[in-house]
Amino acid sequence: MMKEVYLDNAATTPTDPKVVEVIADNLTNNWGNASSLHGVGRKARASLENSRSIIAKSINADDEEIIFTSGGTESNNTAILKVADRYQKFGKHIITTKIEHPSVLRPMEKLEKDGFTVTYLDVNEDGVIDLDQFKQALDDETILVSIMTGNNEVGSHMPIHEIGEILKDHQAIFHTDAVQAYGLLDIDVKRDHIDLLSTSAHKLNGPKMLGFLYKNSDVNFDSFVLGGEQEDKRRAGTENVANIAGFASAVERLTTESKTELQEKYVGFKHQIIDFLNDNQIDFDINGSMSDDNLQHVFNIWLKGHSTYVMQTNLDLAGIAISGGSACTAGSLEPSHVLIAMYGEDSPRISESIRISFGKYTTSDDISYLCNQLKEIVDRLNSQEA
Amino acid sequence: MNDNSKTRVVVGMSGGVDSSVVAYLLKKQGYDVVGVFMKNWDDTDENGYCTATEDYKDVAKVAAKIGIPYYSVNFEKEYWDRVFTYFLDEYKKGRTPNPDVICNNEIKFKAFLDYAISLGADYVATGHYAQAERDADGHQHLLRAVDDNKDQTYFLSQLSADQLDRVMFPLGGMRKPEVRAIAHEAGLAVADKKDSVGICFIGEKNFREFLGTYLPAKSGKMMTVDGEVKGEHAGLMYYTIGQRRGLGIGGGSKNNEPWFVIGKDLSKNILYVGQGFENPHLYATDLKASDMHFVNSIGSNRGHNFKCTAKFRYRAQDVPVTVHFNEDFSKIDVHFDEPARAITPGQALVLYDGDECIGGGIIDAAYSNDRMLQYI
Repeated sequence: MMKEVYLDNAATTPTDPKVVEVIADNLTNNWGNASSLHGVGRKARASLENSRSIIAKSINADDEEIIFTSGGTESNNTAILKVADRYQKFGKHIITTKIEHPSVLRPMEKLEKDGFTVTYLDVNEDGVIDLDQFKQALDDETILVSIMTGNNEVGSHMPIHEIGEILKDHQAIFHTDAVQAYGLLDIDVKRDHIDLLSTSAHKLNGPKMLGFLYKNSDVNFDSFVLGGEQEDKRRAGTENVANIAGFASAVERLTTESKTELQEKYVGFKHQIIDFLNDNQIDFDINGSMSDDNLQHVFNIWLKGHSTYVMQTNLDLAGIAISGGSACTAGSLEPSHVLIAMYGEDSPRISESIRISFGKYTTSDDISYLCNQLKEIVDRLNSQEA
Repeated sequence: MNDNSKTRVVVGMSGGVDSSVVAYLLKKQGYDVVGVFMKNWDDTDENGYCTATEDYKDVAKVAAKIGIPYYSVNFEKEYWDRVFTYFLDEYKKGRTPNPDVICNNEIKFKAFLDYAISLGADYVATGHYAQAERDADGHQHLLRAVDDNKDQTYFLSQLSADQLDRVMFPLGGMRKPEVRAIAHEAGLAVADKKDSVGICFIGEKNFREFLGTYLPAKSGKMMTVDGEVKGEHAGLMYYTIGQRRGLGIGGGSKNNEPWFVIGKDLSKNILYVGQGFENPHLYATDLKASDMHFVNSIGSNRGHNFKCTAKFRYRAQDVPVTVHFNEDFSKIDVHFDEPARAITPGQALVLYDGDECIGGGIIDAAYSNDRMLQYI
C-alpha cells in the first residue's frame, strides 16, 4: 500500500477522533431541536449553550456574541454585506487587503458594484500590510475595516492589535477573518478591539459546514439567512447541536500551551525542510517570511524552475497531499492573488510555488518522506530535462 | 508473468468510451495507470457551459470507478500556437487542412507525451485505433487497426519511431462493438456516450459560422470553367474540392445533374463548379506532396521510387500508386494506377505497404496528366 502523507491542513484537517466521538454521541442521544419547548428540545438547548460558552471563552467574548454559521464563508459574507447594508448611512468607504480570502473579496466586489468604495491595502514581500498606508486610507466615510488575522497561503500575520487600537476611537467596524489563525494564536477580541471575527470548525480538527461569527454586542444588523428565530434572531436555521458540541470539544482542548507547542513543532518542520533542500542543493526560496509571528502551519516555497502543477501532481502520485492553489478550469490553476500581491504578476514564483501546511497529527517522519520524494522528483525532472 | 505494477502508463482520457476502456483494460492488466485529461480548447459559452468541463466530469466518474488517480493538463496555448494557427493559415491559402494530424504530432504525442514523462510515465496510452509493433531488429512499425472502419493510422502518419516507443494503443486489435461491450460490462458511465464527430474544437457547431469568426470571408463569383456565372460563393474557404452540398444551384442544363466544386482561383476569388459526380475536372492522375515523413528510419530503405498504396482522405480506401521521392525524401510525386477523385490540397497523403503505415505528407497540388488542376 502506498504511503499517504497529508500536508494540506490549511485546506482542511483530519477530524479529531474525540470530536467524532462527541458528535456521534450527540447525534445518537441528543438529536433534539434546540428551539423546541419540551424536554428533548431543552436537552439540546443545554448542550448548545454549553458549547457556545466554551467557544465564547476561547476568544474572551460573551456567550451572546457568538453566532453559529455554516462556516468561514458565511461568517465573512454576513459580516461584510450586513455591516455595509446597515451602516452605509455613515459612509460608503471600506478598507480591506489584497490578500484576503475569496469569501471576503467577492462580497467586496459586489459592494463596489453597489456604489461602495473599497480600498485594497498592499502587502509587502512578507505578506503584511503597512500601518501608515492603512491610517492614510482611513477617513470619515470609512464604515468597515476587514483585515484577516493570518493568511491561508503564506501564513503572514497582520498587526491586528495595532489596527484595533487605531480603530478604537473611529466609527469603522473592525472585522477580521480568523479562519486560519483561530487554532494557533491566542485571540482576545476585547484586548484587540475586534468587532466581528470569523472562524471555521474544520480548520481545527472539527466538522465541516460549521463555524461562528463573533459579533460585538454594540454592532447591530439583522440576519443574513432568513427564516426562524434561532441564534437570537441573528441566523435562521436549526442549529447542528451535535457538530457544535464537536466543535466545542475541539476548541476546549486548544490551550495557550498546546497552541504554542504546535507553533514550535511547525517551525521545526520548516527548518527540517529548509535544511534538507539546502543539503541537497535544491534551489528554492521561501514565499513570505520566517517571522516568529507567523501562522507557522503554512509553509509556502518557490521550487525554482519547477511548475506548481507538475510538482503537485507528482507529489500526489507519491501519496503526498500539498496545495498548488485552486483550479480555475480543467488543467490550469488560478494564479495566486496572494503571491501576485507580494511579488508582482511577472514573478516566476506565481507558477513555481507549492504550499505545504502542517497539522497536529503531522510527524517528523511525514516531513522526511516529503523531503525524500521531493528530491526524487526533482532529480528525475532535472535528468529528463538534461 | 510480468509485474506491470512497476510500469506507469499515463492514459490520455477524453471522457469518451474508447479512452475509458483503455484505462480500464490497462488497470486490469495491473499497470500503474494514471488518467490525464487534456484541455486544448475553451468553448465556454455565455451560460458558463464548457464541453471540456463536462467531459472532465466523465473522466472523474470513470477514473473513480476504475480506481485510478486522474488529473488534467491545459494545452490551450500550445494548441492555439501549433495547431489552430496552422489550421487558419491553411484556410487562408484556400486549402482544406487536417488539424487532427498536426494535433497528434504536436500535442498528443509531443506536449502531452512530455508532460506524461514529467509524471514518471513509462508509456502513454490512448484510445486510438492503430497498432504499434516493434520488430526483431527493434524497429517500430505503425500498423492499421484490426477494425478497418475505425482505423486511425491516417491521423497518426506523422509520428516517429521515437514517439511510438513510448506509446500503447490497446484498442488496435479490437473492434468498436467489443469496446462498447467491455465498457458496459465494466459498468463505465460513458458506455453509451456518443462518439465525437468532426474537428474537435468545432464539434457540432456550424462550420461556416465558426470559421467566419476567425477569418474574413470574401464572397465572389461562382462560375463554370467556360466562364458562365452560376451564382455567388460566400468565401472560398467555405468550400472544399468535390463538395456538393451548400452551393445553392440545382440541376439545369446538361442532364439535370447535380453541381460540384471542381476548383478554386484564390487570386481572382472565383469558385469553379461543374456538373456530375464524375466531372472530369475532379479526376487526377498524379499529385505532389511535401513535408514528407517516414514513421521509422527503414522507410527510406525502399528507395526513391516504389509501388505502394495511398490514402488521400480519412475513411477512404487506399489505392495503388507509384511514388517518386526527391533527393532528400522531403517531397514526393505520386502517380495513381487509376485516376483519383477530389484530391484536396491541405489534406494528408498517407502511404501504406500492406497493413503498415509507412508515413505521409501534406498534399500541395493535383494533376491530370501534366496539367495542374486549379484547386487553389
